[in-house]
Amino acid sequence: MGAPSTRDGELSVPPQRRDVARGLWPVVAVVALGGAVGASARYAASLIWPTAVGSIPWTTLLVNAVGCAVIGVFMVVITDVWAAHRLVRPFFGTGVLGGFTTFSTYAVDIQKLVAGGQTLAGLAYLTLTVFAALVAVWSAVWVTRRVLAWRQQ
Amino acid sequence: MNWLLVALGAAVGAPLRFLTDRAVQKRHDTVFPWGTFTVNVVGCLVLGLVTGAVTAGAASSQVQLLVGTGLCGALTTYSTFSYETLRLVEDGAKFYAAVNVIASVVAGLGAVFAGVALAEALWA
Repeated sequence: MGAPSTRDGELSVPPQRRDVARGLWPVVAVVALGGAVGASARYAASLIWPTAVGSIPWTTLLVNAVGCAVIGVFMVVITDVWAAHRLVRPFFGTGVLGGFTTFSTYAVDIQKLVAGGQTLAGLAYLTLTVFAALVAVWSAVWVTRRVLAWRQQ
Repeated sequence: MNWLLVALGAAVGAPLRFLTDRAVQKRHDTVFPWGTFTVNVVGCLVLGLVTGAVTAGAASSQVQLLVGTGLCGALTTYSTFSYETLRLVEDGAKFYAAVNVIASVVAGLGAVFAGVALAEALWA
């Protein structure tokens, strides 16, 4: 009689904590789904445009640069104009684009170039990717803001 | 089948990044994006290990696809890394922005080399 049943125990969880849990798991689920979609697209790109051993991995560089440009457009649109559903940003921004772009493959490809004696190519790839990614996100944000400002006039 | 391995690995890696970022960001109040920095460095270490294991013949190409292309690929991110760097610049924290880029690349590369060396010591 003294011990509460499972159902009672469940009810005794503070309401705020239950809301947090209820709010978090759909987000985790859409991040997982988006991540699978984005990573599959990256894998497809690597199959369509394979990189030869010992050469600069242009496909990964392009995938990362495109992902950075798209997140620039997306973040401006979702912060400034589009009152999207609360799962849109985790699905597309965190999931799809996060799964599409990759930092680990970038770093391992530099290591492979250096270990294969292609230190110069490794350094070029290292610098080019950072440069392409930052230019892509910066110009995408700039252009999107301009387009939105022009449309609101 | 190969595609399924990548998708499965990513379905674990992406939420792992999201939850790690949340947990890390909650624990400090500086402007530096420690969450993304953490997942990127950890992902580099694991991918270094996997790459070294595959080279040594201790891991199959399926493991490479599941844990490497899928999990580590989705655990780490370039889009959030560059967006957060841009935000630091726009918020006037140019020093932190530069530190974020340099520290992420240096620590990521260091983690890869450490992972590969560890794999060689274990399996080669």
